[in-house]
Amino acid sequence: VEPSGPSDDLELIARLRAGDADAYMNLVDRLTPAMRRVARMYVRTDAVADEVVQDAWVGVLEGIDRFEGRSSLRTWIFRILVNIAKKRGAREGRSVAFASLAGDDLDRPSWDPSSFLGPEDAWAGHWSSLPFDWRGVPEDRVESRELLALIRATLDALPPMQAEVLRLRDVAGWSSEEIRNALDLTDTNERVLLHRARNRVRAAIDGYYRTVSEA
Amino acid sequence: MRRPTTCREVVELLSDYLDGALPPSEAAHVRGHLEGCTGCETALAQLRETIARTGTVNEDAIDADQRASLLAVFRAHIASG
Repeated sequence: VEPSGPSDDLELIARLRAGDADAYMNLVDRLTPAMRRVARMYVRTDAVADEVVQDAWVGVLEGIDRFEGRSSLRTWIFRILVNIAKKRGAREGRSVAFASLAGDDLDRPSWDPSSFLGPEDAWAGHWSSLPFDWRGVPEDRVESRELLALIRATLDALPPMQAEVLRLRDVAGWSSEEIRNALDLTDTNERVLLHRARNRVRAAIDGYYRTVSEA
Repeated sequence: MRRPTTCREVVELLSDYLDGALPPSEAAHVRGHLEGCTGCETALAQLRETIARTGTVNEDAIDADQRASLLAVFRAHIASG
């Protein structure tokens, strides 16, 4: 559960404006790890990313009185962060192509094409071999530490923007609207990144489940 | 909008379908396909389970030094009134 979700915003904003250290540190604890990763997409080093994060929190404290609540609080905080990170990256002479963050595989099929019948077949595009039914996988494998480690490793290997959209959506529970506003993505890009990332994780889990089910 | 007619097309829409992000007519079309297609129904179940499993990954912990310096930022802000 994210206490920085929109329903808690009014109370948090009031407490921040009143100079409540606990409210501030609660937000810091929740948001900083993701802010650090996002900043790192735009600047060269971890150290610079940490400076960007720090500048963003200064911006939050200085700007909270003017925050009008047109977005969720956490979205607003990320917008401050992303603006600072992009400016800093530009100052470093680092121009970051969208494809290098998002991955260059976004328009490729997310399922193995060999799963489907080819164009020569009357049923072209339908399943040639049905997907593996995960319901038969032993419960101790589903709940295993091995599986969690695999999901983490898959996340870490994703292009950074795919990984972050997936983390914010499916781990932290943000809405797609919040994510695209926070990360400055178009609606379409946010959806494609999420679709792509989910299917990469799905394919990794599928490989693992097939292996342990054969054993 | 072109209607997805094959399984190969339908699987590319399942993430948006689960999030309620498809236009209503396209969502209805996918729903209709799923009712008659065991393979796509299994694919949907895989994706749903993937989302549930991803949700159990809890990896975000703030670095202690960074936490301390961000608290210092707060104290400085309060002190400057």
